[in-house]
Amino acid sequence: MEDLIIIGAGPAGLTAGLYAARSRLRTILFEGLTLGGQILTTDFVENYPGFPEGISGFELADRMKLQAEKFGLEIQNQEIIRLEFFPKKNVVVTDKQNLESKAVILACGATPQKLGIEGEDLLIGKGISYCATCDGPFYTNQEVAVIGGGDMAVEEALFLTRFASKVHLVHRRDELRATKLLQERILTKEQIKIIWDTIPIRIVGKNEVEGIELKNVKTDEVSLLPVRGVFIFIGYNPNNALVKDHMELDKLGFVLTNNDMETSVPGVFAAGDIRSKLLRQVSTAVGEGAMAAFAAEKFLEK
Amino acid sequence: MSDLLQVTDENFDEEIINSDLPTMVDFWAEWCGPCKMVSPAIEELAKEYNGRIKITQMDVDGNRQTPARFGIRNIPTLMLFKGGKVVKTIIGAQPKSHIDEELKKLL
Repeated sequence: MEDLIIIGAGPAGLTAGLYAARSRLRTILFEGLTLGGQILTTDFVENYPGFPEGISGFELADRMKLQAEKFGLEIQNQEIIRLEFFPKKNVVVTDKQNLESKAVILACGATPQKLGIEGEDLLIGKGISYCATCDGPFYTNQEVAVIGGGDMAVEEALFLTRFASKVHLVHRRDELRATKLLQERILTKEQIKIIWDTIPIRIVGKNEVEGIELKNVKTDEVSLLPVRGVFIFIGYNPNNALVKDHMELDKLGFVLTNNDMETSVPGVFAAGDIRSKLLRQVSTAVGEGAMAAFAAEKFLEK
Repeated sequence: MSDLLQVTDENFDEEIINSDLPTMVDFWAEWCGPCKMVSPAIEELAKEYNGRIKITQMDVDGNRQTPARFGIRNIPTLMLFKGGKVVKTIIGAQPKSHIDEELKKLL
């Protein structure tokens, strides 16, 4: 029987693993598909303290992994099939084995949300993307649209100007939600045109994206924007498939915890993007990971 | 970069199209985080299907013609070939079990 099983190897999971390893808890961290978590799709992290020049998302995740392993954290790459929760005896079923653990930390993260409009599913792989760092280079000298108005949308729009000839940022409101500094950058970038008060209603194209049908929410005017690529950054869905029937979630499906990262199931903790919270950042994820590991240790001592 | 056979624009037809075995190509690049997420699963699958399905990778950074030929606009993209023809395309980082299911259908 393990003391602790951590699910997810993003900043939250790896920090929890680092603390657990240093506390000498018998711990296994499963990275499954979430290795590195959402941070891997972020080109450059420039708001994580201690890195004044910024650091690539991948390098940051890699360093966190090295640091946790240095203190003896066991990391396994297996797909988690099922979780069963019993008092001090939780069962983790992977594609290779069944394991028991007294405590569990959920750090499974979140996945980019889809728009849910006509043409989206049909044209995935043909001009629709949820990862600018992955797919940006395929749009060299082409026009693209970015949907969204938060930090992620603005950062990715700025990133795409390295490749695309023009970036149209489509935002449903008349002001951006993004951090002021990012707003300053995007508002002064000539290559980016912001289309305010507008939502996408249909992605147009047969074998590839040819454009996007837009509707102005104030005037109801409908127009067609010819672009080859549509990058969607409108938020995240929690990766809650393993736990959604077992614990309390908020109305969007994120896991509810108290201040000590305890979920509604005793001995099960949550940290990082999967948690219901105000701000999803590397800096918040690592704090929660540390807290969850410490709370798990206290739980095990009871 | 992994231990997998890296195919290029030059040897793509020889290694993939004219292959006697069914094949899978994992289109990836160094800059792509999600590609690195699926890599361990691809390497494991390559061992499990050794001798039955040829599992390879192509770096889209150094090879531009083949991705363009197949209209690839997202990475990672996994393309499964049988008899020189594309029989399945898997877009984005998917769990190993999902890829495994598609590989089974190739046999």
